[in-house]
Amino acid sequence: MARELISIRDLAVAVDESEILHGVNLDMGPGETHVIMGPNGAGKSTLANALMGHPGYRVTGGRVTFGESDLLAMSVSERARGGLFMSFQNPIEVPGVSLESFIRTALEQRTGEKQRVWTFRKEMKKVLDALQMDESYAERDLNVGFSGGEKKKAEILQMLLLKPSLAILDETDSGLDVDAVRTVSRGVEEFQKDKNASLLIITHNAAILSSLHVDAVHILVNGRIVRDGGPELIADVEKEGFAKYEGLGHE
Amino acid sequence: MNEEKTRIEDINRAFYDFRFDDRDAYKVQSGLTQEIVEQISREKKDPDWMREFRLRSLDIFHRTDMPDWGPSIEGLDMRNIVTYVRPNTERMHTRWEDVPEDIKSTFERLGIPQSERTSLAGVGAQYDSELVYHNVREEVAAQGVIYTDLESALHGEYADMIREHFMKLVPPTDHKFAALHGAVWSGGSFVYVPAGASVEIPLQSYFRLNAAGAGQFEHTLIIVEEGAYLHFIEGCSAPKYNVANLHAGCVELYVGKNATLRYSTIENWSKNMYNLNTKRAKVEAGGKIEWVSGSFGSHVSYLYPMSVLNGDGARSEFTGVTFAGAGQNLDTGCKAVHNAPNTTSYVNTRSISKDGGVSTFRSAVVVNPQAVNSKSAVSCQSLMLDAKSRSDTIPAMDIRTSQADIGHEARIGRISDDAVFYLMSRGLSEEDARALIVSGFAENVSKELPLEYAVEMNNLIRIEMKGAIG
Repeated sequence: MARELISIRDLAVAVDESEILHGVNLDMGPGETHVIMGPNGAGKSTLANALMGHPGYRVTGGRVTFGESDLLAMSVSERARGGLFMSFQNPIEVPGVSLESFIRTALEQRTGEKQRVWTFRKEMKKVLDALQMDESYAERDLNVGFSGGEKKKAEILQMLLLKPSLAILDETDSGLDVDAVRTVSRGVEEFQKDKNASLLIITHNAAILSSLHVDAVHILVNGRIVRDGGPELIADVEKEGFAKYEGLGHE
Repeated sequence: MNEEKTRIEDINRAFYDFRFDDRDAYKVQSGLTQEIVEQISREKKDPDWMREFRLRSLDIFHRTDMPDWGPSIEGLDMRNIVTYVRPNTERMHTRWEDVPEDIKSTFERLGIPQSERTSLAGVGAQYDSELVYHNVREEVAAQGVIYTDLESALHGEYADMIREHFMKLVPPTDHKFAALHGAVWSGGSFVYVPAGASVEIPLQSYFRLNAAGAGQFEHTLIIVEEGAYLHFIEGCSAPKYNVANLHAGCVELYVGKNATLRYSTIENWSKNMYNLNTKRAKVEAGGKIEWVSGSFGSHVSYLYPMSVLNGDGARSEFTGVTFAGAGQNLDTGCKAVHNAPNTTSYVNTRSISKDGGVSTFRSAVVVNPQAVNSKSAVSCQSLMLDAKSRSDTIPAMDIRTSQADIGHEARIGRISDDAVFYLMSRGLSEEDARALIVSGFAENVSKELPLEYAVEMNNLIRIEMKGAIG
């Protein structure tokens, strides 16, 4: 078996004083796409934020190995430079910083190399086209005045340009109309073309997954993964929802 | 009689051979006297009217109370005002070793060349900048533009023009420090742009203010005639070090019909400075004043550039950023007075405070009854970088006509942890993430500046942000 890209063991996470994740186990190999599904409040976003290192999500137990490294010992920026990426559910608006200069700065941090303005601009234009975003977005302030759909596309844009080894998509499809879901999904497909690019897709909606290759599906309920399976689980959830799992998460 | 004479000699010695030892210190006469002002006037070879003007201002200075609002200026030793007005001669020979470390390292981090550093620190003569200044003068002179120092202009061809305009916008009766300025002003720039001329390159007082001893009570007088255009840049983002810590300059700008004047300032006085500066513009019909103002330095600042919109359709735009760090109390903003129909004033400011710094935005908009169909929009945003810093907003509006369109918006915020996390999740360090948020916040000002100043301002923010964490 190939060496795991990320290996999560007994991960427990608390927000304020209450524990949300009660011991999550998950392994992913390089190039794999895994899906986490679960009802609202199950702890899906908590898992994503804890892996990325949001200070509001306190790890109370367990360990996470990312590549060769102890992920939980790394700062947020070290995790990003090491190849971890998270697409935010609510991307933050940063006035006065253009999308282009931001991604270029981030890429310089990720690669440790100075990016040539013109080369980068050309590269960025290609990705903008693929995501059906107007070129003018490059000049706009990061997420400022973007619609919900535009913000999500801008996240995918960042993912495609930063080329992380593991991208976590936290409800990237939520609140999007059908066309936007299709565009985002095409962007994700593009990302999957890289054989080493791994994806952890968090969703409670199967639409975004219809055109994607999926290796494994995990059902997260009440802070625990209660079921691991293949892509067939997606159809199952679509048909029956999470009701049959509700009892399983509790001790 | 003999005794009287001896006393005068003592004063003279105090002024010219001033040494910081105890024996001399108590001989300094407290208070500013007529003799001192007359002496300044003699040295400057003032015309008679200017000497009288100085003495009248001195009289007003003595009769005027200290301001009883705004940040405390108790640290200003008004009993020894003489030491501000006539700093000891040592000042001209400030030693490089005496320049505070933080200023030296700022020079380094801003990438200021060695020769400029000594000049900015007031310890050396100007080097390249003198030459640049000279070349700029030659170039604009071809268009009939006069760019010179105010003292020599007092004696030349433009003497009458100066007499007609000098401290007419900011009279010595305006406040105590305007009176002080009228009495002891020294140095500064005079710019005259004839009708229809458009000055393509920005003129910069930077070259002048670096001269040793200049820049403490300097007077800037700019006249832009009908249909002309000028961009004038005052100061420099490198810290300006002065031993004497009072700055009471005065700026008077006359903007003619359909003329445009852009007046940009990046002010970065050393952090012991009391910056009590007065700036005012009068704008005729169809004319426009654009203020761009960055305030970084000083211990205490009172700074409110004022636009007097006197002609139909006159416009004023004010864009400002203020950054108050530890030990700083910066009270900044602007005023606009609408005296004619169809006048507009726009105000857009950002203030940043950190490490216990206090930043206050203070503005006044006055719309007089005759100023029908006028518009004013004031927008101020503040960003506090930690819980011990402070930010206040004091916008005043005095609207005397119902036919005006007036808007005001104020926002005060902090850097959210979520924003820092978001940027860090893309690989930026915490320090870089915060600096990026702050420079983005100030971007509305930096984008108004010429590129090299914008770069310097961003560097400055980065420097100020160092150590802002934890």
